[in-house]
Amino acid sequence: MSQTTLLQSHTAVVIKRAIGSALSHLALIGASLLVGLPFFWMIATSFKSDVEVGIFPPVWFPQQLMLSNYVEVWNAAPFNLFFINSIITTFSGLILEVIVGALSAYAFARIDFPHRDALFMVVLATMMIPGEMALVPNFITLKQLNWINTYQGIVIPYVSSAFGCFLLRQALLGLSPDYFDAAKIDGAGHLRILVSIALPMVRPVVATFALFLFIGKWNAYLWPLIVTNTWNMRTLPIGLVMVRDAEGALLGWQHLMAASLMVLLPVLIVFFIAQKQLIEGIARGGIKG
Amino acid sequence: MAVTAPPPMQSAAKNASSILPPRKKLTHFQRERLTFLAFIAPNFLLFAIFTFWPLLYNFFLSFNRWNLLAPKPTWIWVDNYIDMISDPIFWKALGNTFYLAGGTIFIRLALALGLALVLNQKLAMRSVYRAIIFSPTFTTGAAIAIVWSWILHEDIGLLRLPLNAIGLISPNWLGDPNWTIPALIIVSIWKGMGYDMVIFLAGLQGVPVELYEAARVDGAGRWALFRHITLPMISPITFFLVVTSIISALQVFDLVAVMTGGGPMNSSKVYVFYLYENAFRYYRIGYAAALSMVLFVITLAITIFQTRLSKRWVHY
Repeated sequence: MSQTTLLQSHTAVVIKRAIGSALSHLALIGASLLVGLPFFWMIATSFKSDVEVGIFPPVWFPQQLMLSNYVEVWNAAPFNLFFINSIITTFSGLILEVIVGALSAYAFARIDFPHRDALFMVVLATMMIPGEMALVPNFITLKQLNWINTYQGIVIPYVSSAFGCFLLRQALLGLSPDYFDAAKIDGAGHLRILVSIALPMVRPVVATFALFLFIGKWNAYLWPLIVTNTWNMRTLPIGLVMVRDAEGALLGWQHLMAASLMVLLPVLIVFFIAQKQLIEGIARGGIKG
Repeated sequence: MAVTAPPPMQSAAKNASSILPPRKKLTHFQRERLTFLAFIAPNFLLFAIFTFWPLLYNFFLSFNRWNLLAPKPTWIWVDNYIDMISDPIFWKALGNTFYLAGGTIFIRLALALGLALVLNQKLAMRSVYRAIIFSPTFTTGAAIAIVWSWILHEDIGLLRLPLNAIGLISPNWLGDPNWTIPALIIVSIWKGMGYDMVIFLAGLQGVPVELYEAARVDGAGRWALFRHITLPMISPITFFLVVTSIISALQVFDLVAVMTGGGPMNSSKVYVFYLYENAFRYYRIGYAAALSMVLFVITLAITIFQTRLSKRWVHY
C-alpha cells in the first residue's frame, strides 16, 4: 500500500468517526431536550402571568417574572406545614430505616447464628410481597394503635428494610474480617464495632442507601394520603394535590406549576448533586435484581 | 471469645451465695446469639407487624364483609371472590393495568436500548446526557402528574404544538376514555425510560469486548454484531426489565389518582386505584382484602415465572 492511500483511508476513518460522534451527540441532545422539556415548561409557566398562561400557541418565556405566583400559592394553603411534615417524616423515617437496616445487616454479615442464612432468605422474601397489599390491614392496625393522623403512623410502617439489609450486608461481607477480629480482641462489643468500625468503612454504601430513602420517602403519596386526614398533617405531595382540588381557590396553572416546583426542587437538587452515585447504585443493584 | 467471657461455673457459684436468685453469666455463644437476635429484632418485628401480619389478616378479611364501622367483620365465605369474578370494573381495572404495562414496556425498552447503545461509547458530556435522561426517574409522582396534566391540556397544552404542526388535532387526553391510557403511557415512558437505559448501559458494559473482536475478524457487520452478540448477551437484562415493569405497573397509583382519578368511565382505573377506592372510599374492606390477595398472587406468580423461566428463555 502506498503512502497516499494509507493516508486517505486514515482520513476516511477519521471523518467517519467524526460523523458518527456528531450523530450520537445530535441524538442525545434531542433526547435530553425532550426529557428536560416538561421541567422547563413547569419552570417557565410558574413565572407567567395569567394572560400568558392562557395563550395558544404558547409563549416560551414570560415577559416578566411573576414571582407573585409563588407567594399566592404559598398563601393559598398551609404549605409551611406541608414542608415541615414532609421534612419530619422523611428524615425520621430515613434515620430509623438506616438504623434498622444496619443492625440487621451487621447481624447477618458478622454474627454467627444457627440457620442464619435461612433467616436472611425470610428478609429477602418480603421483597416479593407488594406493599400495596398491606394497605388495608396496616390501616386497621394503626387505627387500633391510635396512630391515624400522626407522624409515627406515616413513618413506622415503612422503616423495615429488606433492601437496606441486603445492600449493607453485601458491603459488610466485603470487608476484611481482620478489622473485626482486632476490635474484638480489644474488647469492643458488636454495637461498638458496628458504629465505630463497620459503618464508617462502608460509608459510601450507607450514603447511597440514605439518598434512595430520602427520595422515596419525600415522594411517598399513597400511604400518607390514607393515614392522614387533616390539612395540618398532610405532606407536600398530598397537600399539592389538595390545593389543586380545593374549591374556590382560584388557582391557575402558573400557581400549580410554582407549587409543583417547590415540591420537586429538593429531590431534583439531591439527584443532580449525587447523580453519579445514585445512577451507579441503580446500575449495580438492578443487575442483581 | 474466651478472653472476655469468664468461666460460667465460677460466677454461678459466686452468685449462689447471695440472697438474689442466681444470675447466670452467659457463655460466649449464648451472648453472641442474643446479640444476633437483638440486632435483627427491630427489622423482624416491623416485618411481622407490617408485612406478614397483613398477609394473614388480608386472607382472613377476604372471606368477610366489613365496613370498619360495624364492631366485627361478618364471615361470608368466598362471596367476595365470587363478586370479583362477576365485577366488570375488576376486569376493566385488570385490563387497564396490562394495557398500560404493555403499551409502555415495548416503546420504553426500545428507546432505552437505543439510547444506551449510543451512550455506550466514548463521548464528551456522556454523564451529562445520562443524568438528564435519567432525571425523571426519581421525581415526585404527584407533582409530575400535575405538570403533565398541564402539558396534555387539550386546548392550550404544550403537546398540542407538535401535534398541530404535523396536522393532527389534539385529543382530549384526560377527558376522552379512549385517550386516558395512551396519555398515561406517554408519562410512564418519560418517567421510566432513563432507568431502563441505565440498566441496559450496565448490561452493555458487561458484554466481553473479545466477542465483538472475534466476530469482526469473521467479517460481521454492525447489524450482525447487534443481532447476534449484543441482543443475546443482554437478554437476561431485557427479561428482568420486562418483568419488573409489569410488576411496577401493577402498583401504579399516583399518576392515575392525580391525573384522571380513574375516569372517565373507568377508562383509566388501574388495579391499585380500584383497591384504594374499595377500601378507603366505599369502605368495602372485605372486597378490598380479596383484591389485595389477588394482587399478591399475581405478583408471586410473575416472580416465580421469572425465576423458573429465565433460565430457559434467556440465552447467552
